[in-house]
Amino acid sequence: MALVALRDVTKTYPSPEKGGDPIVAVDGVSLDIEAGDVYGIIGYSGAGKSTLVRLVNALEPATSGSIVVDGTDITNTPERRLRDMRLGIGMIFQQFNLFNSKTVWKNVAYPLTVAGRPKAEIASRVDELLEFVGLTDKARSYPDQLSGGQKQRVGIARALATSPQILLADEATSALDPETTQEVLALLKRANREFGITMIVITHEMEVIQSIATKVAVMDGGRVVENGDVFDVFSNPQVPSSQRFVSTVVKGIPSPAELDVLRERHTGRIVTISFRDGDASQAGVFLELANAGLEFELVYGGINDIQGRAFGHLTLAIRGADDATDAALARIAEHVEVTEVA
Amino acid sequence: MDRLFELGSEFWIAAAETLYMVALTLFFGGILGLVIGVVLYTTRPGSLIENKAVFNVVNVVINFFRPIPFIIFIPAVQPLARLVVGTGIGNNALIFALSLAASFAIGRIVEQNLLTVAPGVIEAARSMGAGPLRILRTVVLPEALGPLILGYTFVIVAIIDMTAVAGYIGGGGLGNFALVYGYRQFEPVITWAAVILIVLFVQVVQFFGNWLARKVLRR
Repeated sequence: MALVALRDVTKTYPSPEKGGDPIVAVDGVSLDIEAGDVYGIIGYSGAGKSTLVRLVNALEPATSGSIVVDGTDITNTPERRLRDMRLGIGMIFQQFNLFNSKTVWKNVAYPLTVAGRPKAEIASRVDELLEFVGLTDKARSYPDQLSGGQKQRVGIARALATSPQILLADEATSALDPETTQEVLALLKRANREFGITMIVITHEMEVIQSIATKVAVMDGGRVVENGDVFDVFSNPQVPSSQRFVSTVVKGIPSPAELDVLRERHTGRIVTISFRDGDASQAGVFLELANAGLEFELVYGGINDIQGRAFGHLTLAIRGADDATDAALARIAEHVEVTEVA
Repeated sequence: MDRLFELGSEFWIAAAETLYMVALTLFFGGILGLVIGVVLYTTRPGSLIENKAVFNVVNVVINFFRPIPFIIFIPAVQPLARLVVGTGIGNNALIFALSLAASFAIGRIVEQNLLTVAPGVIEAARSMGAGPLRILRTVVLPEALGPLILGYTFVIVAIIDMTAVAGYIGGGGLGNFALVYGYRQFEPVITWAAVILIVLFVQVVQFFGNWLARKVLRR
């Protein structure tokens, strides 16, 4: 049984206008999230991903379907029991949502107080967490004295305080600059590795998925339109919205507009060679072209590293005799995917 | 000026009466207003303990009483004052009317200040398993403390202002002193002496309120 199992979950809100159609935020979503996964959920704003993540800790009740968290169906659990359950699910937010009237130390201590832990245990746990996020010297500071990255690290320490099994991250890096984003993602990775905490990461940035997720679900219009291992979705996206997201980080086959530019600058035939992990090496491909006496240059594309596995699309401009080129490309096509684009 | 020295002790008694009325009104009206404000905040749709019926009733009651001019409100609640404080005239009857009127105003101010607490912060507390009452006590009230102090400061100044009509039902205080010994006896010096002391009270309250709010908000 998956740690978090969603079956045909739907969430609708009443229409803002009287008598209008209800708004469907999440539409028949089924997902299995296994213990230890870093499950990325990507989509544009309004795709329903923030609502979806709030169904997992029951901040929002589902309209229909079942949500089983660690063996308990939370869709028919009374609010008082849900509060106990939430102690086992940490959450971090885009706007950090720290308590401005409390010091960093008291922010991190808050969930432990709610959980009714003894004072001595709270003190040692807070110190330990502040050390984990590298903010020991900020214990007595107030949130408004911290930078965005520091605030999110406090948010992470606070979310991890009760040693939850699951961490929900709702656009946790969207308010941060790229460098700070990397810092925070590295911290989340470390939490996943050291504590084995399962994460559900909501984002609209493919870079976030690329750098920490092991699985990904693409949401569009309240539905999950594609999901699977990050490598599979990145290297071979099936539906248009996944392809659009993937294209933000992966240079695939050049678009017609890009081709026009390439055509202007390069002579010869333009061919895209797609590598997937385990396929023939680039060296083999280049050797084949060189042996055929062809002149070639790399004009577009790149190789990506996802979860330690490589894939990518390289577009070459090849100059030489047509029949020699055809023969060489035919030999290469036995091992990797070749697309003649112009 | 000589007249003012003759009335010296009366003047200081009037000042003490003003402080007495303000302090007790602030105590009773402040607490009742806090309760009203918290009830309005917590029961409003989408809030911690949503309850449409309670919210609507309290809301309508406040909207009914708030626009009544204070000088009309005093005789209107006079029977109620006789019931509660045993008299319909004098300082204590005024404190009763004033506490009631102030609590409605304070209720609105408290409600508005609590609404400034970011919904995300409350959601964060919910995500940590905190219940509504704990969130109210440990998150909403502390987060709104700075604006609440400023709100109460504003109210104290308004209460000082309102005590000036105490003479209307036989009460005392600086306002009554200024009317009886200053205005009616053509002694502008006496009127102005009372005015200056009232202004001084207001300044002290405002200064202290600002200082406390700054301390709480750390800026």
